[in-house]
Amino acid sequence: MGVIKDILRTMDYGPSPEGSEHVKAWLEEHAGGFGLFVNGAFTKPHDLFEVFNPATGEGIARATHGSPADVDAAVAVARKAQAKWAALSGFERSKHLYALARHVQKRERFLSVLETIDNGKPIRESRDIDIPLVARHFYHHAGWASLIDSEFAGTKPVGVCGQIIPWNFPLLMLAWKIAPALAAGNTVVLKPAEYTPLTALAFAAICVEAGLPQGVVNIVTGDGATGAALVAHAGVDKIAFTGSTEVGRAIRKATAGTGKKLSLELGGKSPFVVFEDADLDSAVEGAVDAIWFNQGQVCCAGSRLLVAESVAEALYAKLRARMANLRVGDPLDKSTDVGAIVAPAQLERIKRLMREGEQEGLEFFRADESLPARGCFYPPTLVTGVEPASVLAREEIFGPVLVATTFRTPDEAVALANNTRYGLAASVWTENVNRALEVAARIKAGVVWINSTNMFDAAAGFGGYRESGFGREGGREGLLEYRIADAPKIKPSSAKPARLNAAPGLLPAGAVAGSELDRTAKLYIGGKQARPDSGYSYAVLDPAGREVGLAGLGNRKDIRNAVEAAAKARSWGAATAHNRAQVLYYAAENLSARAAEFARRLRAMTGASARAAEAEVEASIRRAFIYAGYADKFDGAVHATRSRFVTLAMNEPWGVMGIVCPNEAPLLAFVSLVMPAIAMGNCVIAVPSASHPLSATDFYSILDTSDVPAGVVNIVTGEANALAKTLAEHDGVDALWYVGDAKGAAEVEALSAGNLKATWVSASAVDWRQAEGREFLRRATQVKNIWTPYGE
Amino acid sequence: MDQALANPALAGHNRPRNPGVPLAADWFESIGVNASAVERRAATLTTRRSVKKEYQAAWLVKAMTCIDLTTLSGDDTPERVRRLCAKARRPLSDEILAALDVADLGLTVAAVCVYPTMVAPAVRALEGSGIPVASVATGFPAGLTPLKQRLEEIRYAVSEGAREIDIVITRAYVLGRDWSALYDEVAAMREACGRAHLKAILGTGDLKTLRNIYAASMVAMQAGADFIKTSTGKEDVNATLPVSLVMIRALRDYRERAGVDIGFKPAGGLRTTKDALAWLILMKEELGLPWMQPDLFRIGASGLLTDIERQLDHYATGRYSAAHRHPMA
Repeated sequence: MGVIKDILRTMDYGPSPEGSEHVKAWLEEHAGGFGLFVNGAFTKPHDLFEVFNPATGEGIARATHGSPADVDAAVAVARKAQAKWAALSGFERSKHLYALARHVQKRERFLSVLETIDNGKPIRESRDIDIPLVARHFYHHAGWASLIDSEFAGTKPVGVCGQIIPWNFPLLMLAWKIAPALAAGNTVVLKPAEYTPLTALAFAAICVEAGLPQGVVNIVTGDGATGAALVAHAGVDKIAFTGSTEVGRAIRKATAGTGKKLSLELGGKSPFVVFEDADLDSAVEGAVDAIWFNQGQVCCAGSRLLVAESVAEALYAKLRARMANLRVGDPLDKSTDVGAIVAPAQLERIKRLMREGEQEGLEFFRADESLPARGCFYPPTLVTGVEPASVLAREEIFGPVLVATTFRTPDEAVALANNTRYGLAASVWTENVNRALEVAARIKAGVVWINSTNMFDAAAGFGGYRESGFGREGGREGLLEYRIADAPKIKPSSAKPARLNAAPGLLPAGAVAGSELDRTAKLYIGGKQARPDSGYSYAVLDPAGREVGLAGLGNRKDIRNAVEAAAKARSWGAATAHNRAQVLYYAAENLSARAAEFARRLRAMTGASARAAEAEVEASIRRAFIYAGYADKFDGAVHATRSRFVTLAMNEPWGVMGIVCPNEAPLLAFVSLVMPAIAMGNCVIAVPSASHPLSATDFYSILDTSDVPAGVVNIVTGEANALAKTLAEHDGVDALWYVGDAKGAAEVEALSAGNLKATWVSASAVDWRQAEGREFLRRATQVKNIWTPYGE
Repeated sequence: MDQALANPALAGHNRPRNPGVPLAADWFESIGVNASAVERRAATLTTRRSVKKEYQAAWLVKAMTCIDLTTLSGDDTPERVRRLCAKARRPLSDEILAALDVADLGLTVAAVCVYPTMVAPAVRALEGSGIPVASVATGFPAGLTPLKQRLEEIRYAVSEGAREIDIVITRAYVLGRDWSALYDEVAAMREACGRAHLKAILGTGDLKTLRNIYAASMVAMQAGADFIKTSTGKEDVNATLPVSLVMIRALRDYRERAGVDIGFKPAGGLRTTKDALAWLILMKEELGLPWMQPDLFRIGASGLLTDIERQLDHYATGRYSAAHRHPMA
């Protein structure tokens, strides 16, 4: 033999392959190809495409390329099933989700092996991370299903959800999509990624064995065209997408103006920040989990290492030593750390970016360049000396490549961390809790892990800031994406956009202006009255067509200036909520003192009765009071995730918000939209009622006298839709609310795709007397989840 | 390597001693040790690696050669120690040795570890085997007898023939952050050891925090410890993977700064082959092959050997074995 003696010399691990007979037998059974899963059964396979094992390059299955007709059929079935599914009691739906969770657990090893064969990820990860999280997600949402009526009163299911998921965590992303949708009473049509459809098909079989009602879950395999058909389908009420920012943008444009609810979980270039006082050895392990987890094909991968100059070399040395221990190879081997890249096209993309980096003269380190003879592999790579301008610091590589940059101070670390279009996640390593929380608060990212990385749990929200998308998955905030307000259907707004006339010569409505001095309404930018850039003013008319005053005709440049002023005022968001409340109360107080004047102005512009005008002013004062009260009460949460983690869900302001007000209720609508936004700490550019702008321009003297800091509220009057367009296109605007006509709403949504700002649009008539509450605050904020571990 | 393979126990004593360095607090006071991150690494160490079949058999043989076969009980007698030594000489049955084709390697455990008064009987029982006798000393396990007596105890054990001394540190010095007192104490003990190697038991269960453990490890090495060892086996918490990981990281940092290889010995609570494999994986991942040999890695245990035998018997025969079929220690 001598075998033992040899091993005693080398002390190698030796092979330890996970058995795959059961999965192979199942694939063998389906050698004829997989159909689609529609209405609780598999359809006859057609137009098959090949599915490969990336670790070997072998074809392992064939799946149906879903056609638009298939999507039609699936959506129809989902629609039919939805009413019945929603009509079930929460408890009944809960039992179904619970059954799915149980069945996933019973099939845990089967699903792990199948996932690894299909995707190329190491069995350790599919077995210990992906699939357990899948089960956890269904259990968690089984709970929500039975709580939905009590915990989400006043809301109802969205309806039929079209869900499109990526190939990096095929079954986990399926769970993240399907579990909350079902718990909230929706039915789904899900399209798995073309590279990795197999666990979704196995899950379909699990739906059958778990007794899920027919049509509640439908799975249509296919490629981008299938996905596009689903996105475009008129019968779909909501699209949930996880994938590339590029496709996310296309989906934003495609759904613009359709009224479809949308959540996007997109790309990232997440910073992994290591301070000089960090536990460097643990930070190295963190980096392993950040970028060499799933071959770096993780949207929230800590791919940009930012390290304090003073410890950079020490950390790099430790990293290089650690990299020598990473085992690249057979994903089914239980000792493999880094498996296969999902497909040749992805491998080619990584290689192309590396070539570009090499041309920049960057320093590459690979502990071991040798790779398996066949299959799609790329070695773990560390690139040092990467400056922010480098393509490798900006582009999402989506591979096992860590790029490192040094910083000198915490401020510089934050600046580098935020120097990206993305904002999905961040990891912060320091032993100083003060610094950790400070940096976590300042980094623009939906998830921040302190002294840890890539922690996930069904109870915590996950999702990005900026171009990493909007909406959250997981936890209470995730569930909200699958519910809408249970309000009677409102008819579309009949208001037509005002045509503004900038020519002189209209008759003044002298009766109202009386003997007052001629007042000039200007724009209000950065705390100062500003003449419109255009030099034009337009006539504000009363219902009889008489001029009651002039307002500035704002244009793109005014919006630009207003956005700059708003950006400079960002410290408003860092003021205490108490301070903001005081300012809002003060504004209400000052409005109250001038109530009669504001009522007169309303009457003059709109022809409202004295009673109606006074009521609008009174409602506006009340509304300002409501949001002053809310300012310090829209609390975040501590999610119950893993033991010994405080997972803080913090509501943070967007930053700079555009608010385009409707024509009607010129004072109340303005106050109803602006007040919640600034109460939460946003700085706004408000475009008031185009026809009746003078209530808003009168309001700037209220702002002046109420200690509202300069730049917090900026007012640009003019053509609402033209100004909305500029706001929608502006990359410095983080969120945009629009109330107006259908055309304007569609345009806002389509143009927001540039920086993927969050939009909230309404082309329906709004009852402004009722328009208040937490929904406005939720729309004025985004949730940041900060995972803080403790233990000594 | 082959020499190490042929006679691992002897090889242990061919390594140069740790000369120590002057006390340098900045070597440990500026080091961050994040408990939750350490725990996560420790928890996944063994899920990231798997050792099966003939590899597992070989690894278990290796673990066996790293055992400090130990008896530290109030009822120890010279006869009991003799029996332990017999087991140390022949840890595996001839059948197993033959099945593994390792009979010619002369495999033994790494050392036999006893109380000072049991050193003489152990030395006699192990004569000619090359297996060193290790003795605990310095008022084991609490270490709270006067220093003079503790140093005297070391000299006694060495004079009786102990080639390795497992000392216990004064935990109070760590808890009180009196690093110079700790340093001076270990340095004095090292001197008292003469040619015998010094293993410093930190009593990690008493030190509680991982930062304390890192600091104590570093001070002990700076003072000249040849091995750092987790526990006496008498604390509430014995060797754990997170604690071991932190000690190993300290050992690695010391090596980087001082250029000396220090050994590591987990003790207490390691009873199963699963434990043995876990610690070997830890050593391989964090330090590499040299730290999987008995000159730099020891496992303080007694019952573990029986479990290893049972598993190897299963490998050799394909049948599951029972403890009573193997000679007790």
